[in-house]
Amino acid sequence: MPTVAPLDLEGHCVAAVFLNDVPHFALADGAIHRLDSGQKTVQANDGLLAAFHDVANDRLITGGEDGKVFSVKAGGEVTELASAGRKWITSVTAGPQGAVAYASGKIAFVRFADGKTKEFAHPRSVEGLAFSPKGMRFGVARYNGATLHFPAAEGKPVELEWAGAHTGITFSPDGAFLVTTMQENALHGWKLADGKHMRMSGYPGKVKSLSWSVKGKWLASSGAPAAIVWPFASKDGPMGKAPLELGTRGNTMVTCVACHPSQEVTAIGYEDGMVIAARFADAKEVLLRRPGKGAITSMMWDKEERRIAFGSAAGDCGVIDITA
Amino acid sequence: MSDAQTQIPVTVLTGYLGAGKTTLLNRILSENHGRRYAVIVNEFGEIGIDNDLIVESDEEIYEMNNGCVCCTVRGDLIRVVEGLMRRPGRFDAIVVETTGLADPVPVAQTFFMDDDVRSKTKLDAVVALVDAKHLPLRLKDSKEAEDQIAFADVVVLNKTDLVTPEELEKVEATIRAINPAARIHRTERAGVALREVLDRGAFDLSRALENDPHFLEAHDHDHDHHDHDHDHHHDHDGHDHHHHDHPSDIHDVTVKSVSLRGGEMDPKKFFPWIEKVTQMEGPNILRLKGIIALKGDDERYVLQGVHMILEGDHQRAWKDGEKHESRLVFIGRELDEERLRKSFEACQAA
Repeated sequence: MPTVAPLDLEGHCVAAVFLNDVPHFALADGAIHRLDSGQKTVQANDGLLAAFHDVANDRLITGGEDGKVFSVKAGGEVTELASAGRKWITSVTAGPQGAVAYASGKIAFVRFADGKTKEFAHPRSVEGLAFSPKGMRFGVARYNGATLHFPAAEGKPVELEWAGAHTGITFSPDGAFLVTTMQENALHGWKLADGKHMRMSGYPGKVKSLSWSVKGKWLASSGAPAAIVWPFASKDGPMGKAPLELGTRGNTMVTCVACHPSQEVTAIGYEDGMVIAARFADAKEVLLRRPGKGAITSMMWDKEERRIAFGSAAGDCGVIDITA
Repeated sequence: MSDAQTQIPVTVLTGYLGAGKTTLLNRILSENHGRRYAVIVNEFGEIGIDNDLIVESDEEIYEMNNGCVCCTVRGDLIRVVEGLMRRPGRFDAIVVETTGLADPVPVAQTFFMDDDVRSKTKLDAVVALVDAKHLPLRLKDSKEAEDQIAFADVVVLNKTDLVTPEELEKVEATIRAINPAARIHRTERAGVALREVLDRGAFDLSRALENDPHFLEAHDHDHDHHDHDHDHHHDHDGHDHHHHDHPSDIHDVTVKSVSLRGGEMDPKKFFPWIEKVTQMEGPNILRLKGIIALKGDDERYVLQGVHMILEGDHQRAWKDGEKHESRLVFIGRELDEERLRKSFEACQAA
């Protein structure tokens, strides 16, 4: 029977992550709380809007209302990486070789490990950012499509067009597919080799959480009363195939998904704070946490695949131990 | 998860450059009114007040990908409101200042069309600042100036000290011709009482039409509006209420309003009709407001709309002796008044 170690905090949790195996919770007020033999807190942004877990460097990248970008490492080491002025930093991400990207208005910035920064101006706002897992390449979600930049080289970006407002972006782990979340209730995908489009629609709500399963065979998503899990194992991705619907509930919506690091299982968080795990093969479900005070906003599995850190919109966060 | 108790009210401030928006914003931010405001501006510009809750945001108009040309939202507002609402304890209300040339519709529609925004905030009112001296010129060279007035719940007719009383009368008649339903306040240096622009509940179905004297007057002809009901809502005193020029003298106005009036409506006819009108005429309708008497219903039904978005609800029981009457006002372009009137009247209960 899974057990939950609760951590009741004040405010919206933007990210719940493990850094050096210690659960960290980044709140909208910029406080980073951790459970490290007792609760400890450090301060990052004055108003934290975006956070990205940089796996390769085991750090959390944050951006916020103060126009700053911070790196938070285990043990509470907070380092300011950049300051972009008075505008909000609305999106952050991290890529290969210690590179970090962040967005402020219509400009995407890439900061290389040596501290050098490159700017990429766009005609419209930069809504979402993601690095490709391979090579120095990053994608920008924008109005009417996505733009791919190659920050280490000179040259023109690649424009991928699809009408509508694209708000978030992710590359598949093998770099073959690019998927965006949209202002309308849909995902859009491109097969990068040939630019083929993939429309993934039918959601009753906006998709705000995406998670690739092990080896990128599946893409789990929120935005419906079930976790919608698209098959990406074949060369054309999910085209012409129906997604899995896991953990369907009648009275609430899935707000967060986090795939298991090595098995075809996803953790599913709901609007009412409930968390379950569901297996792709047979849709079998296990209850991990009963409903709480707020919608689940963030989840992450630890390296041992034993614990899940979770955060909620109401601040009732915690750590689930599935083996206990 | 929409909860009326915790929805933060949002005031939208429109108006051309130089009309006095910054002056009014500075007053909202500095006067001692006991409320805290988060302000979303396009540029920090001349706001001389240092406040963490002034957010600079690039106006981003997003067309929804559903084939409807009038379904536009402000993408940046969705993001900023979402960010602000993650720490809701910091402020009591939000003010959105638009750029001078802005179309007010996408701003307003954001608060109806985006589920996340709608669950946490509610549009309180659209306030248009108008420069009394330059309005005639603005109306000649832009559609936006007219749209801003047509769309407003409150018009602050500013810089009245820069025009003659005759010019002022004429400007006000023009505003009235564009938008018979808005409240007009004459001011110098944007000196309107803040309670007249904030917390108006103009989109609140239970309040919207109650405090709308022009609407309740509901005369059939525009010029009748100008006879006597000015001083209910003007800040200024000693203003002579003589008859104004007929609005048809005013050039450069392409927006018109259609005021309809009828008896009790047959719900089986009225609802399909209003749905159809908003579907077919949606792109031409800037605003619509109505109080409808439904046959066999002892409560007033109130309606409001923006383009193709239509909201309606029961408001309150009809009072004893209150005439069960239906009234509907459309403000828009290329509205076929005759057809609207005939089809509206055809919805009356037998």
